[in-house]
Amino acid sequence: MNTTTMVALLHRDLLVARREIPTFMMRVGLQPLLFTFIFGFVMPRQGLVVHNYTNLLLPGILALSITLSGMQAVALPLVLEFGFTKEIEDRLLAPISISGLALEKIFVGVIQAIIAGLIVLPLAWLLMGRALDLRVVDPFLLIAVSLLSSWLFSALGLLIGTMAGPQQVGLMLNLLLSPMIFFGCTYYPWAMLAVIPWFQIAVLINPLVYASEGFRAALTPDLPHMPLWLILGSLFGFCIFFTWLGLRSFKKRAID
Amino acid sequence: MGTAIALKGVQKVYKANRRRQSPEVKAVDDVSLEVNRGEFFGLLGPNGAGKTTTLGILTTRVLPTGGVALIEGLDIARAPVAVKQRIGVVAQVNNLDRNLTARENLLFHARYFGVPKIEREQRADRLLARFELEGRANEKPDAYSGGMAQRLKIARALMHEPAILFLDEPTSGLDPQARRTLWELLIELNKSGQTTFLTTHNMEEADQLCGRVAIMDKGKLLAVDTPAKLKQGVPGGYLIELRGRAPEATTLALASMLRTLPEVVEVSVTDDLFRLYAGHAEGLLAKAMHLASAQGVMITNAHVAEPSLENLFLHLTGRSLEQ
Repeated sequence: MNTTTMVALLHRDLLVARREIPTFMMRVGLQPLLFTFIFGFVMPRQGLVVHNYTNLLLPGILALSITLSGMQAVALPLVLEFGFTKEIEDRLLAPISISGLALEKIFVGVIQAIIAGLIVLPLAWLLMGRALDLRVVDPFLLIAVSLLSSWLFSALGLLIGTMAGPQQVGLMLNLLLSPMIFFGCTYYPWAMLAVIPWFQIAVLINPLVYASEGFRAALTPDLPHMPLWLILGSLFGFCIFFTWLGLRSFKKRAID
Repeated sequence: MGTAIALKGVQKVYKANRRRQSPEVKAVDDVSLEVNRGEFFGLLGPNGAGKTTTLGILTTRVLPTGGVALIEGLDIARAPVAVKQRIGVVAQVNNLDRNLTARENLLFHARYFGVPKIEREQRADRLLARFELEGRANEKPDAYSGGMAQRLKIARALMHEPAILFLDEPTSGLDPQARRTLWELLIELNKSGQTTFLTTHNMEEADQLCGRVAIMDKGKLLAVDTPAKLKQGVPGGYLIELRGRAPEATTLALASMLRTLPEVVEVSVTDDLFRLYAGHAEGLLAKAMHLASAQGVMITNAHVAEPSLENLFLHLTGRSLEQ
């Protein structure tokens, strides 16, 4: 692998991302913040949700912002660069293997997803305030879950960004994101789905479930969550799966 | 000297696709070719001839389905990264980085190739000045004119000092003045030693710029030589075209009479178009018109062309380059 080229490519993508910070913030932060405001601030005051619901909600919100930012940070520029502006061509001619270039895209997604998490976490904390009771027993677990989730959804972004054309990407993200978010244990813990057993099993195909449950395990270990082996094993498995599919799709798109 | 580019029996076949109802297409059909270091080489042919696919194979973007393609002795399919180090590519579409300024476009490109900081900054300044872009170097290129964007793309391709510069239809879509400027620039570059390979469907471009030209049609190379020698390949050299409708018998009679005119080497007829290849054009048009009117064929259009690559292409394929 050519590290000089890799670093230069990373630098280029991060420079461009930095110039778009306002759009980045809106893309990443708006939805989680609105949810935090309604579910974590308004509804507890109305007495509609139990007081410690916010503790269940925050890990889900965090998983969601990482999902959205990782996927979009990779998929949206790729769709434009491949399908419309052809800008990718200059980088495809850089002295680095095609897989190296694809991995660089995933790295950029991971960095942006982690930054999104670092922005959303304190903001949500501020909004939810007193009611929140987070306890990080194992910081390594938090780091592992953050990195694996970021990688997973950046790799998924690579797959979507190389499969979809500019016309389809909006529809594709909508069709994928809405069910993924609602069935992703973002707003409810997986353990409590035991009331609907078939649903509890069905949601296991959704990678967001493991990210949400992973952040629950890392931030609110006392509340019910999935066993750690299932969380980490599935996150890791999905990472490998989507990276493999994403690289394959990228190569197919890059070389005729 | 030394060989910069070598193609040996290169093929690119796109399989028939039932879902898209596309038939099998031989985009590049058994092409063999050698280009030496320092040459200015042109691939001339109409749209759809397979030029861009050939260029794609040479620049690592298209995998051939047969044959071997070498850049500086390196097999492109096996060592694409090493090949990418040695080539600079100017694509047909504007693929400049729209999120970066013109100067940043150059600097980042050089960084991808590991050019050290001081050197890449000096090179960028030098190229921006030489290509007359320094006044707008800190703008993003979205507002650039076609000619400026094209010059910036060439400057970018030169930032890592490639052994071979590839250009795909570099002047298509440019106004005549921008085209002239670009031609002068490319000639100057080649004079300073830059091996250059371009594709074009403009015969004047191939004639004016290239030391050697390959004529391509339907995926095959029809002829490779210097423009002067290629033009000699047109029978006689001059071409007279006459358009006039008549019954078939009359047409054939007229054609055989035209063949007997002095200096006429070859006559071909397609529909209502007579093509006379002749060693000399002077006085011939009048004689041909006279014959036609004697046969009762009404000539609606007449045209005399000097020896050109266009004539050669017409002679080889029966079609015009612009078609």
